[in-house]
Amino acid sequence: MKNQNYCSLNEKLSEISRRDFMKFCGIVAASMGLPLSAGPQMAEAATKAKRRPPVIWLHGQECTGCTEILLRPTHPSLEHLILDLISLDYHETLNAGAGHQAEAALKQSMKENAGKYILVVEGSAPLKDGGKYCMIGGRPFVDIVKETAAKAAAVVAIGSCASWGGWQSSSPNPTGATGIPEVLKGTTVVSIPGCPPNAYNFLSTVLYFLTFGKLPALDEKARPKFAYGRLIHENCERRAHFDAGRFAKQFGDEGHRQGYCLYELGCKGPITHANCPSILYYAGAGTWPVGTGHPCFGCTEEAVGFKIPLHTQAEVSQVTPAAAHAPIETAQGKGMSAGAAGVLGGVAGVAIGAGAMIAKNLGQSDEGE
Amino acid sequence: MEIKRRDFLKTVAGGAALALAQPAMALAREKARLPDAVGILYDATLCIGCKACMVGCRKANNLPVEMTGSQNLWDNPMDLSAKTFNIIKKYKNGTGQFKDREINGFSFIKRHCMHCVDAACVSACPATAMTKDAKTGIVSYNKDACIGCRYCQVACPFNIPKFEWDNPFPKITKCQLCDHLLAKGQLPGCCNACPTGASLFGPVAALLEDAKRRQKMQPGKYYDFSVASTTSGRTQYQPAARYVPRIYGESEVGGTQVLMLAGVPFSNLGLPDLPSTSYVAMAENIQHTLYKGMILPVVAFGGLAFLVKRSGKKKEMDLPAESGPDIKPD
Amino acid sequence: MKEEQPLGGRLFTPTFLFCLLFFIIALFLLAKRFMYGLGAVTNMSDGYPWGLWIAFDVVVGTAFGCGGYAMALLIYVFNKGEYHPLIRPALMTSLFGYSLAGLAVFIDVGRYWQMYNIFLPWYINPNSVLLEVALCIGAYVVVLWIEFTPAFLQKMGADSAKKSLEKIMFIFIALGILLPTMHQSSLGTMMVVAGSKLSPLWWTPWLPLLFLISCIFMGFAIVIFEASATSTRYKIADESHMLSKLSGIFPWMIGIYLLVRFADVAVRGHLGLAFKGDLMGNMFLLENLLLLVPMCILFMPASRNNARVLFFSAISIILAGTLYRFNCYLIGFNPGGGWTYFPAAGEILITVGIVSLEIMAFLWFVKRLPIYHRA
Repeated sequence: MKNQNYCSLNEKLSEISRRDFMKFCGIVAASMGLPLSAGPQMAEAATKAKRRPPVIWLHGQECTGCTEILLRPTHPSLEHLILDLISLDYHETLNAGAGHQAEAALKQSMKENAGKYILVVEGSAPLKDGGKYCMIGGRPFVDIVKETAAKAAAVVAIGSCASWGGWQSSSPNPTGATGIPEVLKGTTVVSIPGCPPNAYNFLSTVLYFLTFGKLPALDEKARPKFAYGRLIHENCERRAHFDAGRFAKQFGDEGHRQGYCLYELGCKGPITHANCPSILYYAGAGTWPVGTGHPCFGCTEEAVGFKIPLHTQAEVSQVTPAAAHAPIETAQGKGMSAGAAGVLGGVAGVAIGAGAMIAKNLGQSDEGE
Repeated sequence: MEIKRRDFLKTVAGGAALALAQPAMALAREKARLPDAVGILYDATLCIGCKACMVGCRKANNLPVEMTGSQNLWDNPMDLSAKTFNIIKKYKNGTGQFKDREINGFSFIKRHCMHCVDAACVSACPATAMTKDAKTGIVSYNKDACIGCRYCQVACPFNIPKFEWDNPFPKITKCQLCDHLLAKGQLPGCCNACPTGASLFGPVAALLEDAKRRQKMQPGKYYDFSVASTTSGRTQYQPAARYVPRIYGESEVGGTQVLMLAGVPFSNLGLPDLPSTSYVAMAENIQHTLYKGMILPVVAFGGLAFLVKRSGKKKEMDLPAESGPDIKPD
Repeated sequence: MKEEQPLGGRLFTPTFLFCLLFFIIALFLLAKRFMYGLGAVTNMSDGYPWGLWIAFDVVVGTAFGCGGYAMALLIYVFNKGEYHPLIRPALMTSLFGYSLAGLAVFIDVGRYWQMYNIFLPWYINPNSVLLEVALCIGAYVVVLWIEFTPAFLQKMGADSAKKSLEKIMFIFIALGILLPTMHQSSLGTMMVVAGSKLSPLWWTPWLPLLFLISCIFMGFAIVIFEASATSTRYKIADESHMLSKLSGIFPWMIGIYLLVRFADVAVRGHLGLAFKGDLMGNMFLLENLLLLVPMCILFMPASRNNARVLFFSAISIILAGTLYRFNCYLIGFNPGGGWTYFPAAGEILITVGIVSLEIMAFLWFVKRLPIYHRA
């Protein structure tokens, strides 16, 4: 399926073999830690639906990197699947039409699919000065989000910008950039943070929703637990170097070339929750920042990515395994053994016996006098 | 004669009482910090518990790994020992989720020789096997002098010197601040390995100054922290932690050349609360008062010899039967 | 008054053979210690670098050996010549106590092959309390053997040699009083260095004074214990009147000791620790109770004339002194860091072996050398 040519999208779409599609669903299920039987279930849900589930995709303040990750990779036919799986009714980057025509498509989809469509938001919403820093069709972006979300079946915030504001929200935050969960307070907004996030994490969430009609387990920041449940540090391929105290001290030094731990260069792995080291970015080994020799900068973690300076060392908050550290006090030294107690008892017995004998004799001599 | 004896006894008793009363008065025996002394500043709030320093120490001192527990898989010493000169220990309280917090928190602590200004081991050792370098102030060990009495272990308030219990020809072992590496212009193994600058090598004066600077830092604000040594030029830009207002080693037992900062009270970290006067100073005061120039013992000896001789003569006069002919045993 | 005489009799008695058995067991364990290191037979550790051997064999053992010192102090300094018959047996116990303490030190030190370093001027450290103790004990062992030489000369019949030795004997007797004064007090100073590792119930700058007084009353108690024990076993001159009179010293000495002891703990504000009900507090109370009871009993002249009461009082005082020294060196010593210590069976057996050797030597000496005044 490589070297595709995008001229004829429809023609290519028909090329997807059943085998490839089942494979994809199996991979998605596996990456979420679901049983193997979930793969066929997902495939069924995706293909046998009466109508492909409509998706409305809004763009706020962002770089479109999140859309890029869905379109660009040489991942097995991902772009085909997303177009086949869902009915992408509105996407400013991919819309065939433009201007009023596009906006009309949005209106129509919202009307036709009220309460059924999935809303995906990419980018943050500027709240300062009435939201005038991001206007679409003459309306503030924040208003569009609120209006669209009101009738959505589920809301997904893709990327760090949508999740909590991303890089635009870094101090001094001139536009008042705010994450979608904050804008839509009271609504569950599934966050798929990352700059960009991993497409698998997004697709897995969407497929899960389509299959089971509910959202996957989320953490307290509404991130899917299957993807953001663990620290990068926990699964990092360079962890052994950390444990052994082998650190790259400068870019390009001996340790860096040897693939040592990047902690000293400011790696945020110890404080960043993401599954990057486990699933990597698409094909090939080492296709993630640490794999290429750059410290993780914490893009998926609010208050880490774009907040803590790039080369400032992370606080290692979760020391694992904790049992490997010697406690302040360890019970040491050998206590009383049965043998020692026996010997001491014997000695004491002999001493008491001898003392009693002497005392008895003393008494006799006293009486004798 | 009786009066003389009584007078003499009075004098001796008075002298002895005076001499023994001296330690209570605490004679001044101040040992000052050496101007060129070197040491380590350990900042527990910067420590991440990675144990790189322990590996660095093993490498620098050519030490074997020490495995404890049932699984011989990892180098995991539980305490300092003859094979481990440097150890990172962990304090944990309650849920143990907050770093450098006393309640429901945790903190690391690095233990090794403190290189005391007035080192107990140096004073205690009868054979001068423990010596303090006159310039750097590093306390080191000479196995050729050592008799293996282990009084240094009894004397050390930090339990630092360790003994090879399973060796028929044992030695005392301890951190010597990698003086063999310092001689080559290198840094001590632990400081060189530390990624965060939690173990910082340098002249004690500079370290003390830095420690005082850190004590004044505003928690949460970003500052530069030196890494490896005060003169390495390498720094880390880090937010300052909330320190307990105490520099451990500034005055404990007369001061130590290893200084420590932490966010948790030091008594929780296994470091004893110690007075600013060293115990050896007290012991030495007692000894030097009693035995200074051996004057008191010599005078006492003279008096005793006089008394014994008198007594002998008196015995001969009073008890002539005592000096009768010896009876040969059968 | 008669000259001292050997008691004679069979040497290989059941007691002697029993002791020999334990001595041989100790020899095997010692072989193990010298082949595999101290850790192979002892429970000593980096937390408790000094164990039973130092606490009992050396610190308590030399206090047991203070009979000679205490008697010499009484006879020569306080001019009580009437106690002279008690001195030779007392000297003998001192000889054993100190010689075997020296042996125990040799077994205990790790690098015994270079022990002579403490006599080399370029190695000695004049600041070390231990050096003072080591040199003093070493010198005292030599002095004790010289003091005891007349007994050997008497046995060999070398009268002229004995006479000329006795002419200069006053020097050694004077040294025999001076040296224990020095090192027994220094044994206390040794633990001043331990500082915070020793419980405040025992740690005090007055440790040297307390060790000195305690070694003297222990010395007297040992003399009484030994005279009582031997008088029932062997036919020797009745010394009970002397012992009764001697015991009159105890109430005063122990009184002074307890006064210093409690005043010191109270002034330093740690008396509350004694009543905490833990091991250390109880040991403190027991240690002082073992002194307080005989002090009160012996205060009454009538009880001083009862041989049995006297014997038990002496035992109580010996136990108190022993416990005090154990407390200072082991029980009150807590290095922190989770360390615990209890002597290993092998460690105890070696000590038993050393004591056995002492008893065997005692039996040989009293039966073959002129020690006691025969009845």
